[in-house]
Amino acid sequence: MIVFERVSKRYPNGREALTHVSFGIESGEMVFLTGRSGAGKSTVLKLVALLERPSRGTVTVNGKSTGTLKARHIPAFRRQIGVVFQDHKLLADRPIFDNVALPLVVAGAPLKETDKRVRAALDQVGLLGKEQMLPTELSVGEQQRVGIARAVVSKPPLIIADEPTGNLDPDLSLEVMRLFRRFSDVGVTVLVATHDQHIVRELAKREIVLASGEIQGDGADPLPHVVASR
Amino acid sequence: MSLGVFGTRHVQALLGSLGRLARNPLATALTLLVIGLALALPAALSVFVIDAQMATGGFGDAIDMSVYLKSGVPLAQAQQLATDARERPGVARVTLIPADLGLQEFRKYSGFGAALDALKSNPLPTVLRVVPRRAASSAADLESLRRYFAAWPEVDTVQLDTEWVLRFNAILGVLRRLGLITAALLGAGVLAVVGNTIRLEILNRRAEIEVTKLVGGSNAFVRRPFLYTGLLYGVGGALLAWVILEAAVLILDPSVTTLAQLYGSGYSLQGPTGQVLAGLFGGGMALGWLGAWVSAHRHLRGIEPRA
Repeated sequence: MIVFERVSKRYPNGREALTHVSFGIESGEMVFLTGRSGAGKSTVLKLVALLERPSRGTVTVNGKSTGTLKARHIPAFRRQIGVVFQDHKLLADRPIFDNVALPLVVAGAPLKETDKRVRAALDQVGLLGKEQMLPTELSVGEQQRVGIARAVVSKPPLIIADEPTGNLDPDLSLEVMRLFRRFSDVGVTVLVATHDQHIVRELAKREIVLASGEIQGDGADPLPHVVASR
Repeated sequence: MSLGVFGTRHVQALLGSLGRLARNPLATALTLLVIGLALALPAALSVFVIDAQMATGGFGDAIDMSVYLKSGVPLAQAQQLATDARERPGVARVTLIPADLGLQEFRKYSGFGAALDALKSNPLPTVLRVVPRRAASSAADLESLRRYFAAWPEVDTVQLDTEWVLRFNAILGVLRRLGLITAALLGAGVLAVVGNTIRLEILNRRAEIEVTKLVGGSNAFVRRPFLYTGLLYGVGGALLAWVILEAAVLILDPSVTTLAQLYGSGYSLQGPTGQVLAGLFGGGMALGWLGAWVSAHRHLRGIEPRA
């Protein structure tokens, strides 16, 4: 589903966020991306979501290389990825229903189906019945779950999440992560960037560890190792 | 994408834009007022020109020429000449005004009765008043008609009483040009107003645009509500301009009717014709849409999602 081949990313300000990073994630896999802040977790997610293009190397998502994808194909590319943010990026002036429905609306789904799927997604995150409330009327944990509902509503084959539990207490964090695991159980590929070691241990999934823009360990391998390629 | 889905998207975008405008009534009203005034001015000029043309159409009968016969031409011969004149193509009507009748009228209307009594003989000639057909009332036709009568041996002079009509038509020509220039300048103004309003709207909704692009909204999808907003500004502005025009006509009509009556015409202001209204709404919508498109094209490209 996701293949990074010797990917480097240098930002216009000269900072090299990633250096020769290579890894692969299979379809239906759930993977944690860990490391200190500044290690390059967010950059990996941005490269997957095509918010950035690699400076060197290739990033392939669902069979498409992001380096060469034409601008007019980017919207269709992004529609197959559900993105969850730490600050959840909800539209404060729109009710929950509209927020969750947005990916379906941009994809041109019929109204009836939109209605059905939004309710199903809100049901999955335990927020059914709050469609007409505004995001600010919900708790932080609930807002985060609205963000997750929006990410999954169009049933994308890939979900990526950047610190989705950053603002949540441990119980809520675990609850949110279990939610992601449920999606993974039904075949969705899930990539979660987090610094919460407690959660990573609890869920016992593959873990890719980044440090200073390089892979320091990959839990898919029998033993964590330092990638030698420099 | 099916046609139904396509239609649904557009209806959603249109209703969304409409709702957004309705939620900011004061800002919307001010923008509409500016656009409405900018559209009303050239439209008013074109209404004036069209109405004035219709009015001069009514003055068609006022185009005539006076053919003065030499003194000493007997009445019977004058009557024969009048009959001949009626047979000339391009002549609608010929009225014979014998010298005696002319003197009577002059005495009656001029107030020089006593002075005329002092004269031994009638100084006025016999006159043929020739009214050309409307189709033969161009400056060239009139000139050729004038020469035709002037060549008759019994004719002293031919006087054309039409110059003021030609001048009036020339003035209308100037006003029409002025209307075009006004329309072009104020049209550019409407473009700028709509463009700037849309630019502010885009900046205000930056976060929303980023999220929409992030979940896979295409540029066309993101642009659409702004284009509809521009279109609605155009329609609203045209509607307002129409109201302004009708109000102006209502206020002006009594005095115009009085003026026309003084000139012996039953003319009154007609207000905007269907053609003017079509131009008003078509122009308003086109300008609103174009202004929004230029602005959206320029400013939306710069907004890309950040994480």
